[in-house]
Amino acid sequence: MNANEIRDIVEKHPSDRGGLIAILEDIQAKYSYLPEDALRLLAEETGTSLVDIYGVATFYSLFSLTPRGKHLCSVCMGTACHVRGAPVIADEFSRQLQTDPGETSSDGEFTLDTVNCLGACAIGPVVVMDGHYFSNVDSGQVKRIIKKTRAGLDDAQIKKHMRHYLYDVNCSRCNHSLMDPDHPIDGAPSIRLTMSSERQHGWIRLSALYGSFTVESEFGIRTSTVLDVFCPHCHGELKSPTTCPLCAAPMVTLFIRSGGVLQICSRRGCKGHMLDLEGAGI
Amino acid sequence: MITLTINGLQTSVEKGTTLLEAASSLGFPIPTLCHMEGLSPYGACRLCMVEIGEGPRAKLVSSCTYPAQEGLKVRTASSRVLRARNMVIELLLASCPQSKTIQDIAAAHNIRRQRFRQEYEDCILCGLCVRMCEEQMMAKAIGFRGRGQNRTVGTPFDIKSDVCRLCGGCIYVCPTCQLRCTYTEPEKAICGGCANLAPPCVEKDQFDDMMCYMTPCVACEIEKD
Ligand code: SF4
Ligand code: SF4
Ligand code: FES
Ligand code: FES
Repeated sequence: MNANEIRDIVEKHPSDRGGLIAILEDIQAKYSYLPEDALRLLAEETGTSLVDIYGVATFYSLFSLTPRGKHLCSVCMGTACHVRGAPVIADEFSRQLQTDPGETSSDGEFTLDTVNCLGACAIGPVVVMDGHYFSNVDSGQVKRIIKKTRAGLDDAQIKKHMRHYLYDVNCSRCNHSLMDPDHPIDGAPSIRLTMSSERQHGWIRLSALYGSFTVESEFGIRTSTVLDVFCPHCHGELKSPTTCPLCAAPMVTLFIRSGGVLQICSRRGCKGHMLDLEGAGI
Repeated sequence: MITLTINGLQTSVEKGTTLLEAASSLGFPIPTLCHMEGLSPYGACRLCMVEIGEGPRAKLVSSCTYPAQEGLKVRTASSRVLRARNMVIELLLASCPQSKTIQDIAAAHNIRRQRFRQEYEDCILCGLCVRMCEEQMMAKAIGFRGRGQNRTVGTPFDIKSDVCRLCGGCIYVCPTCQLRCTYTEPEKAICGGCANLAPPCVEKDQFDDMMCYMTPCVACEIEKD
């Protein structure tokens, strides 16, 4: 741990209670866990007592006080996934990785976690490996998921990316199609969503062409504002617990009709996205 | 001044008075556990429930945290209150039957049985010690950690705190480790084991590296299976 790095992080955020969570998030992003020394230094720098910092750090399951593995595997144990056999899947991961939920395998490769509902119940049981969604998992697939992760999920994915891939996506909450043939962008039906930012509310349409970042919207949005995105049909918010690999804003989850999950960054202008066709194929 | 009715009696109290204070000033007894004069209200134990409002909109609130409101109708011993209170006592007995404080409360309410799975917790998470340490001792050495069923009280990282004053205040107010902290009044202790600890007990060798309440008490250690 580097004291100056911590000081830099502290300076970036307000020193109130809300700022504390943001600071802890940044420290965790940097070291993949919250080192004890960092928390002690944080207490000194912000004047917040260590008891309060420790209380917050242990309250949210997002934070970890022990080093995390290279890969984070979260098995959903929410009600919907639970009844479809999530405990068996979690047990199988435990057995294969030889580690208990909440802990890291002895080779430091995998941290196994259980979470309560990822908001993707329709495709459960869900396992998220480093931000990649695997849907309808059964215990027989566990070994393959681990193997794929070791080989590198991102490598495996690029091969699947087709140059002219056209998304056909549904709402991750109500499964209603989001495609809008009446308003084509790049010559193909666009993806229609509702957005809100700074008390303004309106439609936003994205190009469905893979690799194109053309966006049209009802009102102008300043670059780098983080948008709240909703389904125009069920009005559910489409925020995912995953954060953007490029800018750390929350991602927006969409289901790909033919299977798989597409996540796009909610920050205007950020090109962060994760396409996950693996989940469907496996 | 705020005028309200408690058990049919009208009374006027200062703004900011809690229902518990208003009721006690009229002499209506309300049992409490996590409430202590000199510490901020916390509302953790729910033992002090009273019923407010009327008809279908009547509801139970914790009187130690609820401020008096103009025209409020309060009942401190309606059948609904008694049912809720007895349930809370049974639940406390289920989690911490060895506590002298809880035993006393149960006895005073004539509760001799509880219907739940028996546990023997060291802590009921009443928060008295945390508030004592922060508000009276200005130390902030201990606090809550974790969430839900993993919530515990202790020092950060479970190691001896460098801001703890070793005042023993936390142990003194704890309702579940009364056996340990009655050394100031040995005649009250059940087994007397605690009286044999050299006061202040926190300075005894074996507690050098941790606060007393974090280990099973030597005086009242009970067999857990
Ligand atoms: S003994 Fe330490 S932890 Fe307990 S109240 Fe005193 S200062 Fe706080
Ligand atoms: S240790 Fe004792 S005083 Fe502190 S929260 Fe637990 S029961 Fe309450
Ligand atoms: S229960 Fe698993 S995603 Fe909702
Ligand atoms: S005394 Fe009011 S909730 Fe504990």
